[in-house]
Amino acid sequence: MSQQKDNKNISRRSFIRTMGAAGLATAGLSSCAGTKKETSPSESSPGGQMTYRTNPSTGDKVSILGFGCMRWPSVGGRSAREGNEEIDQEMVNALVDYAIEHGVNYFDTSPAYCQGKSERATGIALSRHPRDSYFIATKLSNFAPSTWDFDASVAMYRNSMKELQVDYLDYMLLHGIGMGNGMEEFKARYIDNGVLDFLLEERKAGRIRNLGFSYHGDVKVFDYLLSKQDIYKWDFVQIQMNYLDWKYAKQINPRNTDAEYLYNELASRNIPVVIMEPLLGGRLSNVPDNIVAQLKQREPERSVASWAFRFAGSFPHVLTVLSGMTRMEHLQDNLSTYSPLDTLTDEEFTFLQDVATRMMQFDTIPCNDCKYCMPCPYGIDIPAILLHYNKCLNEGNTPASSQEEGYRKARRAYLVGYDRSVPKLRQADHCIGCNQCSPHCPQRIDIPKELHRISDYVEKLKQGTL
Amino acid sequence: MLKKIRLSLAIVFFGIITLLFLDFTGTLHAWFGWMAKIQFLPAVLALNLGVIILLVALTLIFGRVYCSVICPMGVFQDLVSWINGRRGKKNRMRFTYSPAKSWLRYGVLGLFIIALIAGIGSFVALLAPYSSYGRIVSNLFAPVYRWGNNLLAYFAERAGSYAFYETDVWLKSLPTFIIAAGTFIAVAVLAWRGGRTYCNTVCPVGTVLGFLSRYSLFQIRIDAGKCKSCSLCTRGCKASCIDYKSHTVDHSRCVDCFNCIDTCRHGAISFAPRTRKAAPADVKAADGVSGVDTSRRKFMSVTALLAATATVKAQEKKVDGGLAVIEDKKIPERATRIVPAGALSLRNFAQHCTACQLCVSVCPNQVLRPSTGIMTLMQPEMSYERGYCRPECTKCSEVCPAGAILPITVEEKSAVQTGHAVWVKENCVPLTDGVECGNCARHCPSGAIQMVSSDPEIPDSPKIPVVNTEKCIGCGACENLCPARPFSAIYVEGHEVHREI
Repeated sequence: MSQQKDNKNISRRSFIRTMGAAGLATAGLSSCAGTKKETSPSESSPGGQMTYRTNPSTGDKVSILGFGCMRWPSVGGRSAREGNEEIDQEMVNALVDYAIEHGVNYFDTSPAYCQGKSERATGIALSRHPRDSYFIATKLSNFAPSTWDFDASVAMYRNSMKELQVDYLDYMLLHGIGMGNGMEEFKARYIDNGVLDFLLEERKAGRIRNLGFSYHGDVKVFDYLLSKQDIYKWDFVQIQMNYLDWKYAKQINPRNTDAEYLYNELASRNIPVVIMEPLLGGRLSNVPDNIVAQLKQREPERSVASWAFRFAGSFPHVLTVLSGMTRMEHLQDNLSTYSPLDTLTDEEFTFLQDVATRMMQFDTIPCNDCKYCMPCPYGIDIPAILLHYNKCLNEGNTPASSQEEGYRKARRAYLVGYDRSVPKLRQADHCIGCNQCSPHCPQRIDIPKELHRISDYVEKLKQGTL
Repeated sequence: MLKKIRLSLAIVFFGIITLLFLDFTGTLHAWFGWMAKIQFLPAVLALNLGVIILLVALTLIFGRVYCSVICPMGVFQDLVSWINGRRGKKNRMRFTYSPAKSWLRYGVLGLFIIALIAGIGSFVALLAPYSSYGRIVSNLFAPVYRWGNNLLAYFAERAGSYAFYETDVWLKSLPTFIIAAGTFIAVAVLAWRGGRTYCNTVCPVGTVLGFLSRYSLFQIRIDAGKCKSCSLCTRGCKASCIDYKSHTVDHSRCVDCFNCIDTCRHGAISFAPRTRKAAPADVKAADGVSGVDTSRRKFMSVTALLAATATVKAQEKKVDGGLAVIEDKKIPERATRIVPAGALSLRNFAQHCTACQLCVSVCPNQVLRPSTGIMTLMQPEMSYERGYCRPECTKCSEVCPAGAILPITVEEKSAVQTGHAVWVKENCVPLTDGVECGNCARHCPSGAIQMVSSDPEIPDSPKIPVVNTEKCIGCGACENLCPARPFSAIYVEGHEVHREI
C-alpha cells in the first residue's frame, strides 16, 4: 500500500513539474471549453474534464482517450519495440498513474506487443490501482500457425489474464482480422478450431465483458463478420481511422478500405467503434513543413497531433481513441486535446480533408512503424528504412535527378542519415525478398518491393547516377 | 634562419602526411596526395623517375634535407628527441660523437636490397621508413582520430547536422597492429635516447641518401680557425656526426638540421658549398625485382576469431518488434588473394607495395586490410565480409604512392576482372531455408549473375544463382550481400593477373 502511495507522490510531483507546459498547451483550449462536449463527472485534468463515451451494451463510461500499450518506453527511452532493450517499468507505472489520475480508463494491449512483454508490464502497472477504475482490452493474437489450434489459442487467452493479473477481461478482440490471406486465415484462426465459439461462451460466463475484433486488410472478412451480427453480437469493433484514411485508404493501397466505409457500416448497426492509428503511427504528427504551417496557422497553440485526435474523437459512435504513448509529453498533449474534446466543426472537417488531399501528393510509404513485420529473420530493420525514406521525402531530401538544385546536400542528408538511422547490415540492400514480412503488415505494404526500390534508389545516390 | 626554414617545412610536411593517413574522407588527397608520392622508396618502387631524379639531385646539392623535411619518420624522431630535450639543457645537449657504424648500415641496406630482389615484401615493408610511419599512424593514431570524429558525429546527429558521419573503428590485422606498435616503441626509444640513431643505422633510405650526401655541393663545414673546441655542436648534434676535436662532420650521417649553426657561439659553423669537387655518385636506385613466392602459409589465422553464434529461433508465438541477431561474416579460405583493380597482377602488386597502409586508411568500404600471409605481410588485400568494392570508388588507386595500385577511372574499373565469384551450394538460402532470394543477382553491378531453377525439370523449384565468369569483375557485392552467415554462399576467388573485359 505504501508503495502505491509513493508512486502517487511521484506522479503528483511530475504533474506539478509538467503543469507549466501542459497549462500552456491548453491555454487556447480553455476558452472554448464548454461549447460542445459530452462529458460525465470525473477527476480534474490539466485543461478540464476528460470526455467520456458510453458503451450501449454494458453502460461502461469509457474515456475518449484510450491508452495503447503497444509502444511502452524501454530503459533507453525509446519505444520498447525498437532494439532489444527491456521495458522501463518505472516509466510505465508513472505513465499509467498519470493517465488514470487524469481520467483515462481504457488500456489496450496484446500478447504480441513489445516483443510479447506488453501485457506483463501493463498488468504490473494497472494492478496497483483498484480493478474497477480501469477497463482492460487485450486480444487473441494467434498469428503464428503454430498457435492456430484450439489448445494453443486458449492457452494464449488464459495467459493474458495471468499476465494482466485479472480474472475477467473488459474488452476482448480477435486480433487483426483480414490480415494474411484474408478469409482463409480467419477461418483457420477462429472458426474451424472452435475458438470463436469458446470466446462466445466465455462472454456468456462473464469472463469477457465485451467481445469484438480488430480489423486490418481484407474487407471481405469485415463484411462477413458484420453480416453475422445477429449471431455474434459484436460489442465493439476496432478499426484504423484518421483524416488520411477517411477517404484515401484505398488510394494509398488498393487492398485497403476507406475508413469512411468501415465507420458508417458500424454506425448504421450501432456498434461502438474503437479507433486505432488515429495518428498513423506518428505520421500525422510529423508532417511536411507546409502542412505544419497550415495547421498551426489555424490553431497556433494546439499541437499538430491534436487535429488528428479531434478528428477521430468527433464521430459520435467512437467509444475511445487509442494512442500508443511512449512519452509523458504525448500523454499530456493528448490529455489536453481530450479534456474536454472540442469536436470539429463542419468547416474544420472540410479543412482536414483538404489537408489530407495535399498530403496525398507526397508519395510516402504508408508505414506506421507498428513493427508487426519484425523481427525480419535476415536482420533487416524494415520500419527504420521505410521511415527514413518518408522522412527524407517530407524534408525534400529525395532528389529525382543530380541536376536538381541542392542535390549534393540532399544526397548527403539521405546517405549520412541512412547510416545513422539504420546500421549498414540492416539496410535495404540486404533484403533477399523472402517475403515473410508482408503477410504481417496491417497496412498491406509490399515490403520487399519497397525495400528493393529504396535499395536501388540508394545505389543510384551512392554511384551518382541519378 | 636555415633552421627556421627547415623547421617550418618539416612541420608542414609532417602534419599533412600524418593527416593523409588520418583523413578517411579522401578530400585531403586531392590537394596533398603528392606528398606521399615524393617519398623516396615508394617513388623507387613506382619507378617514378622524375621524383627519383629530383630527390637525388636535391641530396647531391643540399645533402640529406629529405631526411629532415620530407620523411615523416625522420621528423617524428626529431619530435620525440625534442620532447626529451625540453626537459632541460642537460637532456638537450645529451649527444656525443660516435663513429659511423658502416658495417651495420651497409649490411642492413644489403639485406634490404636482397629482400627487394627476392620479393620478400614483408621484410622490405618492415624497414621502409615512410611505410613504418604510415603503419604507426593508421594503426595507432587513426583509431583515436576516428573516435574523435565519431564523437563529433554523435553531437552533429543530435544537432541535426550532416557535417560529420560516423566511421567504424576496427582492428584490421592483429600482426600488423603489433608490428606498428613495436616499431613505434623501438623508434621512439631510440629517438628519445640518441636522436637519429634509427636513420643512421637501420634506415635503408638514410643509408642510400647518406652515401650520396657525402658528395653534396652544400655541406655543414667547421672553420677550424674560429673553432674554440667547446664541444657544444657535438653535444647538440642528434645525428652524432660532428667530431669537434678534429673539426670534421660525417656528411653521410648529417641530416642538415642546421641546429649546430645556431648553437655555435663563435660563428665557426656554416652551410656552404664545397670547394673541392668530387665525382658524382652512382644512383643506387634498386629496382630490379623478380618473382614473388606466393606461398599461402598464413602468419596467423585471423579467421579463428570466434563470432557470436546466436541464431534466430523460430518463435512460438508471433510477437511484434525486435531485431534478429546478425552473425558476423567470416573470411572464406581463398586460394588466390584479391588485390584492387589497378594492381595489374599479384606479382606487380607485391613488387611495388611498401605496405604503408595509405590505401587501407582511405578505403571507405572496409574492404582493404593488411594481409597476414608471411611473404606479403602487411601488404593490403581485399575481403568482403564488411563491405564490397563499390563501383563508384577508386580511392586506393588515387592515393597509392608506390605504383602498386595504378590510377584507374571508374569506367576502367568496371571492366577489370580482379577475380570471379564462386557459388557454394551448401550455404545457399533458397536450398537451405526454402526462401526466395536472388540478392546476389539483384546487386551484381556487372550483371554476371542469373537466377535459374535448381531443378531444370521443375520450373518452380528454388532459384539458384549461376555466374557468368566472363562478366564477373570480382567486386564482392554478391559475397557481401549474401544472406548466408557466417560463410556466404557465393564468394570471390582472386586472379593472379587481372584481365580487362
